[in-house]
Amino acid sequence: MTHGVSRRDFFVLAIGAAGAVVQDTTSVGRVYDPDRAGRAQAPVTAADNDKNVQALEKRLRCSCGCGLDIYTCRTTDFTCTYSPALHQQVLRMLGDGKTEQEVIDAFVAQYGQVVLMSPPRRGFNLLGYFVPGVVLVIAALGLVWMLRRWTRESPAAAPAMPAAPPPPDASPAELERLRDELDRLPG
Amino acid sequence: MTLLGYFSLWLALVVGLWGAITGFVGGAQGRADLQQSARHATFALFGALLIAVISLEVAIFRHDFSVQYVASRTSRNLPTFYLWSALYSGQEGSLLFWAAVLSLFAALTQLMTGGRYRVYLPYVAAVTSLVASFFVSVMLFAANPFKRLAFTPMDGQGMNPQLQNPGMVFHPPMLYLGYISITIPFAFAIAALLTKKLDTEWMVAVRKWTIVSWLFLSIGLLIGMWWAYVELGWGGYWAWDPVENAALLPWLVMTAYLHSVMIQEKRGMLKKWNLALILGAWVLSIFGTFLTRSGVIASVHSFTESPVGYYFLFFLVAATAATAVLYVTRLPLLQAEATLESMVSREASFLFNNLLLIGLAFSVLWGTLFPIISEAVVGVKITYGPPTFNFVNIPLGLTLLLMTGIGPLIAWRRASTANLRRQFAVPVTVGVFALLILLVGGMRDGWALVAFSLGAFVVGTVVQEFARGARARNRQYGEALPLAVLQLLSRNRRRYGGYIVHIGIVLLFVGFAGMAFKTETEATLRPGESAELRARDGHMYTFTHLGISQYNALNRQVTAALLDVRRDGKEIGRLRTEKRQHVDALGNRTFEPSTEVGIMSGLRVDLYVVLAGLVNGTEQAVFRFTINPLVWWVWFGGFVLVIGGLIVLWPGGAPVALKGSRASHVQAGYAVKLEAER
Repeated sequence: MTHGVSRRDFFVLAIGAAGAVVQDTTSVGRVYDPDRAGRAQAPVTAADNDKNVQALEKRLRCSCGCGLDIYTCRTTDFTCTYSPALHQQVLRMLGDGKTEQEVIDAFVAQYGQVVLMSPPRRGFNLLGYFVPGVVLVIAALGLVWMLRRWTRESPAAAPAMPAAPPPPDASPAELERLRDELDRLPG
Repeated sequence: MTLLGYFSLWLALVVGLWGAITGFVGGAQGRADLQQSARHATFALFGALLIAVISLEVAIFRHDFSVQYVASRTSRNLPTFYLWSALYSGQEGSLLFWAAVLSLFAALTQLMTGGRYRVYLPYVAAVTSLVASFFVSVMLFAANPFKRLAFTPMDGQGMNPQLQNPGMVFHPPMLYLGYISITIPFAFAIAALLTKKLDTEWMVAVRKWTIVSWLFLSIGLLIGMWWAYVELGWGGYWAWDPVENAALLPWLVMTAYLHSVMIQEKRGMLKKWNLALILGAWVLSIFGTFLTRSGVIASVHSFTESPVGYYFLFFLVAATAATAVLYVTRLPLLQAEATLESMVSREASFLFNNLLLIGLAFSVLWGTLFPIISEAVVGVKITYGPPTFNFVNIPLGLTLLLMTGIGPLIAWRRASTANLRRQFAVPVTVGVFALLILLVGGMRDGWALVAFSLGAFVVGTVVQEFARGARARNRQYGEALPLAVLQLLSRNRRRYGGYIVHIGIVLLFVGFAGMAFKTETEATLRPGESAELRARDGHMYTFTHLGISQYNALNRQVTAALLDVRRDGKEIGRLRTEKRQHVDALGNRTFEPSTEVGIMSGLRVDLYVVLAGLVNGTEQAVFRFTINPLVWWVWFGGFVLVIGGLIVLWPGGAPVALKGSRASHVQAGYAVKLEAER
């Protein structure tokens, strides 16, 4: 009996001592059920917040299929396992002394052009960038040309057009009233 | 009930096809009995589809998990609010919802269209019945909402947590109402082409429908943006996602139509163009549905994963071809009643506005499809991401904003130099003044500067229009200015309601431009520790982690972090951000834990906090803090835009009925007005 009590006391003491060792002033309490809060996160490092790293990661696409860039995915979709790994890959490459361009080239070599959020502006991709603008400019020029033709054909614009009627004899208020009435006409 | 729903789908298919046949034949042969039958078929179709919808809702509310759709989308502990939205939260249910709403609109059209426009109705019944039949047949043969499982599970799989948000209850139906209501103008356009009655009458018959459609598309897009912002947690509201783009395309085309139709009504011009816009908007709405439901966007190769894609592709090709052939054969009948008189006129400026809107639609479509084009043509998979979309489309969008201001300033038919000077002086001064103030204030972001000063210019044009109109009324009728403004609004709802929509657009652009000044940081905080983040307007925000609490809610286990928020050291409130582990009625975990963003919204900035997760299961937590400037203005701008749209739509006031030789009558009137303005 005494033996049993002393053994229990021993365990209580041992656990208390272990707790005292773990519980220093900077430690924080465990939550009731950590699993509810999703995957455990590593503390944020200075490199995670580095503007250049973020800018670089915003140019590279996450390969999980989310369609987001690596930075946005790793700071939004905390269930994704790809983007944290890709982030580490970027940090490793930068740590190895690679320049930003070299990191991008390495990603393209590994994953293909699809890894770039904006395709490089060369070759066939130029169509992707400039077709809408070029089409719009051509259409605008075409519209101007058509409008010119229409206005030339228009009897109102013909040189033989009779002189414009003299300005109506009306006060500004009357004109506004006329405008108002006209606005209320059907159409 | 599911058997009833299943049968009513078959009934709907039969009735729909009957309505299509009797409508077309009755219209072509002028047989009153068949025409009557087609009309009745639209009512029967609505009845059948309503029964199907009720059957599915009953199955959802009774938790009948023998139905695959119910088992895969809901669970016993899903809040009632989301049981309603479960109807359209999945492929099969949303097809049913689509078909049912279309049949409702079709029946309403038959009931509400009176008098002179009745000549179009048999064909309208035929087209709406045919389109509804297509959706019903997709359900019956490829995506049946009433499909039974071989066994009945104890509980359903539950709804995707991201869909459990009020935004997702209202966003899909609003967007669908917009999409679906385009079918009514489209059906009238087809009816006009078939009957060869191609004057402006069919457009007047559908005027309300086009505004309704535009309004619902706008509301749907805005709620969708709001949902993406508050739910998805990446801190933005628009990602140029194919689904978003698919909704934007018909909106752009409808916006173009709502402007250019005014030229046809006032001047009898642009008949071909307006008809093409309505047909195009409808084809784009089907195209968007095809894009988002077939999986073709993810990759050309994922297309085959869903049989629904084939149905939509077939329907899209067949409908586009039939529409195009019909349109081309009728082109000779579509002659303009008037010609353009000057390059510097409201008509010409509307044409450029149309060009830009359609150009923007093309640009968005091009960007959405370019990865497929690249894969198909040169065999290289590429990503056309938001940076590329922004590069291509921001200049176009800002040019459009410029046109929003220019359009209303240029007179109809022909603007004189004096007239231009009179119109432009004040707004341009306002715009330049705004630019100078911002430059002096230290703003250096090029696009944002352009957006803000153009916005000021457009506001200047609108205020000038209201001021002139109100002053005239004040002089004429002695009305006090506030009353005069109200009178202006109620007397010419389309014109002044339209200006209010323009103000809404400016506010939206102000909000968009604010994103250029976003700042963010990540931090790991123990309870009691703080993170600081400086906004671009100079204020310092301090976020102090107060602790983590865990508790159970109806269908989820919540882990919540509470933060104390201070601006420049002064407490301004508390923010809560959560992780939610959803569970089914048996307590089993469903889905991965989702993140609930904490947002504190203000006129200047939104504070946006995301709980990334915990470190080693302790209260030490990783947060992402984002300061999003001016986001509130996006929602407020959307609200103003909708109010403007409602003013335009409000019955009475706006001229609707047409009489006799109206077009020439109106033209004569505008001629007088123009002479007066010289």
